[in-house]
Parts: sequence; C-alpha cells; structure tokens
Amino acid sequence: MTTFLRDTATVFTREITPSVREPVGLLFEMGQPLLFLFLFGSLLDRAVGSSWQWFVPGILVMMCLSGPMAAGYTLLVDLIGGSMERMLVTPLNRTAMLVGRTMKTMVVLLCQAVLIIVLALPLGFRPHPAGVLAGLAMLVAFGVGLGALSFVLAIKSAPDGTLFYVVTQVLLFPLLLLSGVLLPMDSGPGWLWVVGRLNPITYIVDAQRALFAGDLTDLSVLYGTAATLLVAALGLVLGNRAMRQGI
Amino acid sequence: MCPKSLVGKSTTLRMLTTLLPPTSGTATVAGHDVAREPAKVRARIGYVGQKNSAGENFRARDELVVQGRAYGLTTARARERADELLDLLDLGPLAQRKPGTLSGGQRRRLDIALGLIHRPDLLFLDEPSTGLDPQSRADIWTHILRLREAYGTTLFLTTHYLEEADSMAERVVIIDNGRIIADGTAAQLKNDLAGDQITITTTTAQEAEAAARIGGATAEGTTVRLRVANAAAALPEYLRALEAAGVKVATAETARPTLDDVFLTLTGRSLTDDDIPA
Repeated sequence: MTTFLRDTATVFTREITPSVREPVGLLFEMGQPLLFLFLFGSLLDRAVGSSWQWFVPGILVMMCLSGPMAAGYTLLVDLIGGSMERMLVTPLNRTAMLVGRTMKTMVVLLCQAVLIIVLALPLGFRPHPAGVLAGLAMLVAFGVGLGALSFVLAIKSAPDGTLFYVVTQVLLFPLLLLSGVLLPMDSGPGWLWVVGRLNPITYIVDAQRALFAGDLTDLSVLYGTAATLLVAALGLVLGNRAMRQGI
Repeated sequence: MCPKSLVGKSTTLRMLTTLLPPTSGTATVAGHDVAREPAKVRARIGYVGQKNSAGENFRARDELVVQGRAYGLTTARARERADELLDLLDLGPLAQRKPGTLSGGQRRRLDIALGLIHRPDLLFLDEPSTGLDPQSRADIWTHILRLREAYGTTLFLTTHYLEEADSMAERVVIIDNGRIIADGTAAQLKNDLAGDQITITTTTAQEAEAAARIGGATAEGTTVRLRVANAAAALPEYLRALEAAGVKVATAETARPTLDDVFLTLTGRSLTDDDIPA
C-alpha cells in the first residue's frame, strides 16, 4: 500500500510539474470557458436579467467536460512517444499511473472552478456557500470519471491517435450544447427536450444549478448525483482494466 | 544474438523487458522469470526503447528525477543520480530543456540516462544508434562504452548495423529458427566457423583453374577465393606454391570474415537485409 501511495505521488508530481512551472498554461486552457463566461454571460444578463445564477454553473460543467476530455491527450502523447513504454518497464504500479494522472486532472479542475467562481463574484454571481462545496464535489467526481474514460480512449487510440481526436471532437459539442449549458432547453421543441434528457450531462447541469442556488434537496440533485456516480464508476472500472491489460 | 526473420527482435526485447507476456515458453532475466515475476525483473533491468523515453512536455532533469522515484529512490537520491548522469552524458547544460529542443544525439543520450538512473545490472538497448548521423553514432558508442566501464553494466542491444555488433559485442549468440546454433565471442565465431578469406586473381582462366586446384577451391573466371584459418600466415605459403607451379598471380588480398560470413557458413543464407540484434 505504501508503494502504491508513493507511486501515485510520483505520477502526480510528474504530471503537475509542467503546470506548476508554467501556470500560464492553465489560464490558456480556461480560455474558452472564460470567453463564454464574459461574452455569453454579459449578453444573457442584458437579455434576461441577472442570469449569472443560471449561467455560471453551466460554465463550470463545460470546463469539467473539456478539461478531463482532453486529459487523455497528455497520455496519448506519452503513448505515441516512448515515455509511456519507458514507465511501463519500471516497477511503477499500473493503477497508480491512472490514479496519479486522475488526481492531477482533479487538482487542475478544482483550481479552475474556484477561479471561475471568484471571477464571477464581481459580476453579480451570488452562490450558496454549502451548495458551492457540494457542487464542486460533484464536478470533481464527474471530472475523475470523464478523465478516466478519456485515458481509456487514448489507450485504445494508440499508436496513431486518430480515434481519440475524432471521438472527442464529435462528442464534445453535442454533449455540451444538448445539456443546456448555454441556452435553456425547455424553450426548444419537444424532440430536442427528449434528446437533452438522454444526455447524462443535462442532469449534472441541472443539479449544479440547484446546488449553487442553495436548493440542496431538489430532486435534480439526486439525478445529477446518480449521473455523476455512473460516469465516475464507469470511468474507473474501464480505466483500471485498460491499464492492467497492458498497453 | 541474431534472430533471422521468424522472431522479431523488438518483440523478443519487449518480452524480455516484461512489456509483452510471452505466448508460450519461459525466459529468465536477471534471475527472475519474466512471466511469473515481472515486478522483480523490472526492478533489476534498465530499458532504452526505440522511441525517445522523455515526455515531450517535461524538462530533462524532471524526467530523470521521476524515473528515479519510479524505481523507489528517495527524491534527494533521485536528484543526485540525475545530476550525476547529466554530467556523465554531457547533458548538464541541457538539464532544464524539453526534449523537443534537443538534437537527435542529445535525445538519445537522455534516453540512456533514463535507463541508467537506478544503476541496473542489465541494460536493454533497442537500436540505440539508429537514425543518428555517423558522428552522433560514434558519440553514442563512446558514451555507452564509458558507462559500461564505469558501472560494469551488462548491455543487451539490438542494432541494424552488423559492424556494430561485430566490434561492440563481447558475446554473440546466433539463433536460427528459434534454436541457438552458435555462441561465443565475435572473434571465436569468425575463426571457428568462417575463417579468413584469400582472394587472388590471375591473368588467364587456365591459371585460375590451376591455382584453385592447388588451394583446394573453385575458380570463378580469373578469380580464386580460399577459406583459411589464418590468412596472414597462409598467403605467403600459397603464393610460393603457385610460383613453384608456374602460375602467375596478378593480385592477392586477404580479408577478415564478418559475422555475415559466419551466418552464411552456418545456415547457407545471408543475413544482410535483416535486423541483427547483437
């Protein structure tokens, strides 16, 4: 067990070091969510009046979607180059390789989420304190699951990586747009609403909105938690299996 | 070691380094079975693969420290070892650089440093000199041999270049169709199995025929090739015999055999176009 913890720490340290050395990179990664926050948020604010309560949780989910989904990219680079192979020949624990990387995704995500919340405060965003904590916990769990799925996809895509790019590009925007992150889905036609309900992200977005508003006992929180746990469990089981099967 | 066609040498290497489980059979590396005790094998060997070992997004020294930690060194010890190896491989000034900014030879030296961080008893090198210009190739070999002297590490390497196997390997094992057919130093194998070659030419085919009869070989046109144990000693004797028989020799030369000649003698096939692990 101590070996496992040490190996996890080793992998986590490796992955986080470039971000620590060049923290500007984290800001660039956040470029899109920040752009959406300030651009869309301001527009919506004019149009519907104090939309920040509604909009900011959606932006957080958006970040949790693009960040972890891209997490597999770093693994893919290591797989295409020789550095993954190099580490597989060391006594490093296979599961620790996955957990260490996932922890890095988690830490980055948490920093970015807190930054978004802090930046939205002066704009008029007033989140419920307990709700923020619960919301962040849900986002992190979701990010872990999605990040692990992204790793699995990267492993399956090696050595050329085409599959990875195709799947992430094809999935990201439909998942995002159909979850009602940017615009309310309720006002759309019936078929669109149904499609949105088939998207697990929708439940997480709804839950985030309820949590940040302080409706901790809202039914959507239950559904959102269920969707989060589903993604997290799926990601961890598949991820662990892929790492153990060898690459 | 020279597997021909059937066994891919990289596949063999991947099995020996626990990257691939063998489909059948067993192998013992550094005293442990690769299939049953992969963790113990991993702790004792170093591996330098064909591709570059350092991650693109990471600085050279950071990767070395991570590698040391992966083998269970403390962070302080891993840093010490990293600096030591950076010095030894003339990478000191490049410690804070990312691999993308290094030349091919520098990247290869970094790969070797990564393979040596835990001072393994046995280091596997998969084509360490492939893709490098002649100068970098020579430089890599200088470093490899220096490290071998400093640490006494056993090197197991594959190479595209037959002459590298010939000059660098202390032990050559030739495997044909999965069976070991020869095992010894390159010099032993060449002396025992191939022998030196004497080539003489004459002005006429008749003289060549006569020269071939005296030497116990066959002539090809005006050229006669002989296999002998020691060409330097045998040539003067042969020339005297030819002179006594009235054969006029136009040119005479001797050649040391290559490992390819050894393989040819043993199997009747040439090795030239295949990959040659040594």
